[in-house]
Amino acid sequence: MSEKNTSEKTALILLGCPQVPVQTSMALYLVHGLSQQGIRPVVAGTTAARRLMEVADPGRHYLGEMADLDATIDEITGKVRDFDLCFVFIHNDSGVAYAGTMAYISRARLYALLFGEHAEDLVGEIEFPCEVIAAKAVHNPMPLKRRLDEVMQWAVSKR
Amino acid sequence: MGCLEALKPEIILSGSSFREAREYIKKNVREYHEVEPGYKIFDVHIIGVAPLYVGVEGEDLIFPYTKPCHGTFVVKVPGGEEIARLRARKK
Repeated sequence: MSEKNTSEKTALILLGCPQVPVQTSMALYLVHGLSQQGIRPVVAGTTAARRLMEVADPGRHYLGEMADLDATIDEITGKVRDFDLCFVFIHNDSGVAYAGTMAYISRARLYALLFGEHAEDLVGEIEFPCEVIAAKAVHNPMPLKRRLDEVMQWAVSKR
Repeated sequence: MGCLEALKPEIILSGSSFREAREYIKKNVREYHEVEPGYKIFDVHIIGVAPLYVGVEGEDLIFPYTKPCHGTFVVKVPGGEEIARLRARKK
């Protein structure tokens, strides 16, 4: 159960509610980092979350495939599609719920990116297998970027 | 919400966590069934961390409905054929 045609690795980036500013910028950074590693990113989220990404990248220099959140879950549960990696952006209880669902329905290696005012509290809610990347980042993405770099080791490998 | 919205769901609980929704159904609905994350009812998937419950009350289904920006709702809708499908599931 993977993308149909090639051995190309794919990653699902599952956006949460876009009310916390760092999400869009970190998602674009993640899309870029994955692409640099030859991993094809697919971004899924609510309409508003996707529009924020699309407006921030009008020339589509970073973004590739964008997908509706419910349609993506439908495809995965229907075993039509799956991914090698899955990154879920989490800053509220719904984000934890979506990540828990992904942990159950997908075979992807799961990364939970926790941010926002309550990032530390939300870490305690993660009771399923995944790699946790957490930082109390609301407006400034740098704490979360640093944590992501540590885990993905992109910054190191590029030097 | 598509199909679910067309059924005019009664909102029993709003702005809750998926755990609160789970507990509400377990404590307040006599007949409830455990479903896996992603289980589909009408056009919506049940989102959350297992165990997740869907209740049956007369001809109605009571289940958690999670939205990314608004938390989890517990909704009640006419169950139709979904009730038989739920009851027929293997344990």
